[in-house]
Amino acid sequence: MRVDSIKNGFVIDHITAGNGMKIYDLLKLGELSCPVALMTNVKSAKMGVKDIIKIDADVTIDMDILGYVDPNVTIDIIKNEKLVEKKNVDLPKKLTNVIYCKNPRCISSTEQELPHIFNLTDKENRVYRCHYCETKAK
Amino acid sequence: MRSVIDILDLTVEELDELVKVADDIIDNPEKYSEKCKGKKLATLFFEPSTRTRLSFEAAMYELGGNVLGFSEAQSSSAAKGESVADTAKTVSCYADIIAMRHPKEGAPLVASLNATIPVINAGDGGHNHPTQTLADLLTIHREKGRFDNLTVGFCGDLKFGRTVHSLINALSRYSGVKFVLISPDELKLPSYIKKEVLEKKNLEYVQTTNLEEVMPELDILYMTRVQRERFFNEEDYLRLKDSYILTPEKLVNAKKDLSIMHPLPRVNEISVAIDEDPRACYFKQVLYGKYMRMALILKLLEIN
Repeated sequence: MRVDSIKNGFVIDHITAGNGMKIYDLLKLGELSCPVALMTNVKSAKMGVKDIIKIDADVTIDMDILGYVDPNVTIDIIKNEKLVEKKNVDLPKKLTNVIYCKNPRCISSTEQELPHIFNLTDKENRVYRCHYCETKAK
Repeated sequence: MRSVIDILDLTVEELDELVKVADDIIDNPEKYSEKCKGKKLATLFFEPSTRTRLSFEAAMYELGGNVLGFSEAQSSSAAKGESVADTAKTVSCYADIIAMRHPKEGAPLVASLNATIPVINAGDGGHNHPTQTLADLLTIHREKGRFDNLTVGFCGDLKFGRTVHSLINALSRYSGVKFVLISPDELKLPSYIKKEVLEKKNLEYVQTTNLEEVMPELDILYMTRVQRERFFNEEDYLRLKDSYILTPEKLVNAKKDLSIMHPLPRVNEISVAIDEDPRACYFKQVLYGKYMRMALILKLLEIN
């Protein structure tokens, strides 16, 4: 299978196999008008199999979403068909409107236009808790 | 402008300072009788809580201030669909400080993010109730003279009991406190509190279902009510509500200087016969709650 190289854009690489579609949806890549390629189960010497996303446009990517879904991904920034920068992502300390609190007793379930905020409370175990009710994200 | 939403919003030094002020109010009430003259406390109670509301109101009146507010959501603009954020902004135009009780967890935090005056969380669902913890802390300090090196038993509903969670959080900052967690299996302390508070800070704790077995080692016994309003299912409530009832017989092996505490209201979990026992502290706890609320109002209004 062949996917054309990128002129100006990004390659989101080393995505744990199975997380590609999740990232595609959360980054709302389906709403972009530029070429976007999602490849799943690509052979990888390091990971066995991995997913890859290629975006052929200079768009803004929400690094927090990437860090939350899969902190092991790398981002290759391509300019004029050349790799100019390789970035790693961190587990974000705070997530806004990425995940939603499912606690029916939480104020975020009723308050108008309240952003859904989650804070990283345990980095080692990747635990996020709702900013308002402290319920653990699932 | 400071708000207090969680007991951990206050440092250990600030807690010590509040205890000192409350002690001084108890000793010299006349000194404080006009400290809040011209100030207004808004008590925004979106669910009924007579005890907490009256405690806040009594606290403000004893400081020489005034009180306005409502005692249930039906008599507030929330019944018309107003958001907590808008209510907080509106009330900021009328009052100097807010005490808010709300059934939704996190509502007082949302209020504090939108108000231009200090907000005190007077209880948000099963989440936090910091001023109850202040009452508990003053009770412990006045009874024991310290917060460290105590064996504290928590008995009853440790799963939904927010006063238990807050007090454990507060006491976890002092050294040498041993926690004894007594509950039926269904109402055990949530594992995240064990992991993120007790285990993270290497604090000693034991879990048991047998109150009498651990009674002799306790310095403090904190009883709780199994709260009907925290259950979605009436059957579960009825099955668990009588799990632990403290009677004089169960105190036979207790220490002579044990302090029996309860956030109240009690249903039947402490026999009325214990009220006369000098170790019963729960009505003193109510009184101390008022003094700590007075101290907190003064602190947040920056009145010395």
